[in-house]
Amino acid sequence: MEIIDILLTANFWAAALRIATPLIFGVLGALICERAGVLNLGIEGIFTAGAMAGWMAVWLGAGLWGGVLVAALAGGFFGLIHAILTVPLGLSQHVSGIGVTLLATSLSYFTYRTALPDVTSPPRIIPFQPLDIPILSDLPFIGPALFSQTALTMLALVMVFVTGWVLYRTPLGLAIRAVGDNPSAVEAQGLSVYALRIGAVVAGSALMAVGGAFLTMSAFDAFFFGMINGRGWVCIALTVFASWRPGKALLGALLFGAFDAFQVRLQTEVGAFLPSQVFLMMPYLLSIAALIIVARKADYPKALLVPWFKGQR
Amino acid sequence: MIRFEPRTNPSAFLVYGVPVMAAAFAIILAAIPLSLAGAPILPAYGLMISGAFGSLFSISEMLTRATPLILTGLAAAIAFRAKLWNIGAEGQLYMGAMAAVAVGSGVIDAPSYIMIPVIMLAGAAAGAMMLIGPIIMKTRLGVDEVVTTLLLNFIVLLFVQMMLEGALKDPMSMGWPQSEPIIDSAILPPLLERMRVHLGLIIALISAFALAIFVKRTVWGFEIRAVGENAAAAKFSGISVTKTMVLVAMLSGGLAGLAGVSEVAGTRGYLATDLSPGYGYAGIVVAMLARLSPIGVIISALFVASVFVGADSMSRAIGVSNYLADLIVAMSLLCVLIGGFLTRFKIHFGRQKSAG
Repeated sequence: MEIIDILLTANFWAAALRIATPLIFGVLGALICERAGVLNLGIEGIFTAGAMAGWMAVWLGAGLWGGVLVAALAGGFFGLIHAILTVPLGLSQHVSGIGVTLLATSLSYFTYRTALPDVTSPPRIIPFQPLDIPILSDLPFIGPALFSQTALTMLALVMVFVTGWVLYRTPLGLAIRAVGDNPSAVEAQGLSVYALRIGAVVAGSALMAVGGAFLTMSAFDAFFFGMINGRGWVCIALTVFASWRPGKALLGALLFGAFDAFQVRLQTEVGAFLPSQVFLMMPYLLSIAALIIVARKADYPKALLVPWFKGQR
Repeated sequence: MIRFEPRTNPSAFLVYGVPVMAAAFAIILAAIPLSLAGAPILPAYGLMISGAFGSLFSISEMLTRATPLILTGLAAAIAFRAKLWNIGAEGQLYMGAMAAVAVGSGVIDAPSYIMIPVIMLAGAAAGAMMLIGPIIMKTRLGVDEVVTTLLLNFIVLLFVQMMLEGALKDPMSMGWPQSEPIIDSAILPPLLERMRVHLGLIIALISAFALAIFVKRTVWGFEIRAVGENAAAAKFSGISVTKTMVLVAMLSGGLAGLAGVSEVAGTRGYLATDLSPGYGYAGIVVAMLARLSPIGVIISALFVASVFVGADSMSRAIGVSNYLADLIVAMSLLCVLIGGFLTRFKIHFGRQKSAG
């Protein structure tokens, strides 16, 4: 009975959407890269870079939206490194991605430590505040659950529609999807495979970084070492679960957020009987479970991981 | 117009020189963050070199750091050879350490020549066990092992935390989550008096040479190389790809588990959740710098270890963040990747002459 009660509160769904927000950005970013044929394992580091750069920009006085822009630029920069290594040079997407994660993470930590050499408690910024939209925010249930989130959560929801529209309703989207399935056919159309793939990876990485920035500029108000804590890898798993579709990405991230919000509440109910670590493992176990569920029918973009060189047939 | 033309036979200079140049280039690139941090560049490099090589003590510290890196480097090298992307060495290391603590902290006692092999076997088995799940999911369901092994790192670390607050907790630790100490007969003894470098280094070196011989001289080693180069062709010639993958996974997980045994029974003496500052991930860099050669892993582990020890000491002296070490290591991975491209392809500038 209590479990049903939890699921019926607006508070619960507000928390689920809050937890889902960085994942929505992350999965959208990852699916744009993968739709173009490039696996981006730099995501974990790009999240870190976005979280650090966005927060740092606000802390230095750039304003909240200035911070979001800086985060996106930082993400695009690391995406560009990954894109150059994997697209025109055709190097291992696995190794390059891990390399970008290591680079972005260590550069973020180094920059933070250098700017703030001896702080004991992390300095705080004034983060994005919950919206107060006339009428909508006062609606019962969906008012607090949906319309009292911060602007970045709204941006994540808007990006779901934008990404879906671009991928399925524009010539650019058609070209991006085609370049991940059959790059030679795209070249035969007179389009540049390199430009499409590099552009997709840079744009996807910028989105991932905004997801990271949500953590330091909306969910919390400070940057902590190790705060990304595997969220990037979770997004890679959720991308497969979402069959590379923006709508399903939203659904997957929401399910994940709901499950995570639920386990936190369950922990307070039955926490005395089980070690807290069992609950903390849940998100990772759930991600693996999601991969297993869709394993048989996962329809990977056909040219994912396959390098393509100009002039190749 | 830039064209890439594959090289059929890269010269020895390119094969061995490129990783060295990549590492050197990463060190040079570090001047940028150093100068942005306001540090005097040349003295900082000087401090790094003397921090890693300046005295017998610092060399011993460097070798102590290199020990787990050789083992995790070998773990990545053998897996990547077969294109099995095991990124879970960090978790496998912790499982190995936990198994070593479980059998080596007083449950059984015997002379060292029995206890040390026992904890090594336990640790290697525990590390290898961590790959059973991912390998089944990969071969049966086609689930990418990169994501599963990565996620398992986080699960294992939480599991270790749980055990350190529960079954493995040291009642004498005054509330700190750490395990009971490894008993004296299971400790890997130091190689030099009053120095930290320990028997683990010898174990790591033997593992590297044994793996080199295994890969070069045995049928299994040949099958591993064949699967890595072209899985379809290997399958066609009658090699069981699944069996080879399982073999590689067991070797890779076992070696990472051994790194955990070496750290817990050689360097630390007990298990805590800060046992490894990312040796599992650094092992990937070590393996790539070594171009996946087991003997090369020894050399690149020494390089990565001296970067870490040197940067630590420089950091203490002039107050530049020691994340500089992680930065150099990450940059050397990307540099060696690009370098590997230059060994495989010739670059031509200008127009293509003949139609091709």
